Amino acid sequence: MKQPTETQHVASQPEQHPISLYLKVWLLLFVLSACSYMVDYFQFQGVLRWTLILAFMFLKAGLIIMIFMHLAWERMAVKLLLFLPPIAILIFIALMSSEADYVFITRILSFFNP
Amino acid sequence: MPNDKHRKINQTENQDNNQDNSQGNNASPWQSVVNDWSADKQSFDMPWGKLMMWIFLLSDTFIFSIFLTSYMNVRMSATAAWPNPSEVFALTIAGHHIPLVLIAIMTFILITSSGTMAMAVNYAYQGNKKKTVYLMLATALLGASFIGMQAFEWTKLIVEEGVRPWENPMGANQFGAAFFMITGFHGLHVSAGVIYLSVIAKRVSQGKYDKQGYHIVEITGLYWHFVDLVWVFIFAFFYLW
Repeated sequence: MKQPTETQHVASQPEQHPISLYLKVWLLLFVLSACSYMVDYFQFQGVLRWTLILAFMFLKAGLIIMIFMHLAWERMAVKLLLFLPPIAILIFIALMSSEADYVFITRILSFFNP
Repeated sequence: MPNDKHRKINQTENQDNNQDNSQGNNASPWQSVVNDWSADKQSFDMPWGKLMMWIFLLSDTFIFSIFLTSYMNVRMSATAAWPNPSEVFALTIAGHHIPLVLIAIMTFILITSSGTMAMAVNYAYQGNKKKTVYLMLATALLGASFIGMQAFEWTKLIVEEGVRPWENPMGANQFGAAFFMITGFHGLHVSAGVIYLSVIAKRVSQGKYDKQGYHIVEITGLYWHFVDLVWVFIFAFFYLW
């Protein structure tokens, strides 16, 4: 336990990446945003629209988290800290969507069905 | 087995040198998790400010998720027609009717600000104070212009379209509540980020972090990228869906 304290100071400086990496990701985010805007501009509808919106959204979110926020270079323990708790959100979304369906049906039955 | 044991001891004592483990060069990522949690030292090898920022952002993720989930809930259960965001947020520029154009510009501005922030973090670790300060100020300026456009958008919706949190002449009343709540809370985050960035940029230029290092710029960057990240989800779910 003598050496680690010395190495800690040197190693706690995160590894560096060339500026070109950030410029490339930036460009990619621009292209992806333009693509998601095009989904609306060309008025795609239905399943195609939702799939494209979600695909572009997750690609953009992944790039921002992994590259800009440097999560790709963090240790696995940090990734678990950030990605495990949001599973609760997914469960909550599933619960609330079924609840919304129920409310919708109830409203139709009681307000539009004399 | 002796080899294995030796490696484990090496890792717990000298974790920082084994940072490349997370990329799978030596031990498996899962082994690194076990090592991190069982070692006789702090589990997360990073400055405490950075860890606290990550935990704050995790809690913020929950807040925005709950807003977006409640928006999903009211939109799915609304019996009145939901207004078409493409038309609501369209603008007529020089005689051309362009759907969703202001939101698209706001998206590009926020992404650009994220790019300048990422470069500011990079220059900070290189020790280039001048470029760091300029890039942080550019980020803050882009953030401020984002807020300006949001103010314009709100004004248009409130004054011209007559949308209120409790009513909406274009269709489902829940549209107003969801819109003002979600974009308002995001705008609040952007405003706080602009102030945060300006303060840290000023302190960097004053040389207050010369001794302790420039982790603070990365921590500020985490917050700013998160604000951009939230906008990605709002853009997809509120404006495009």
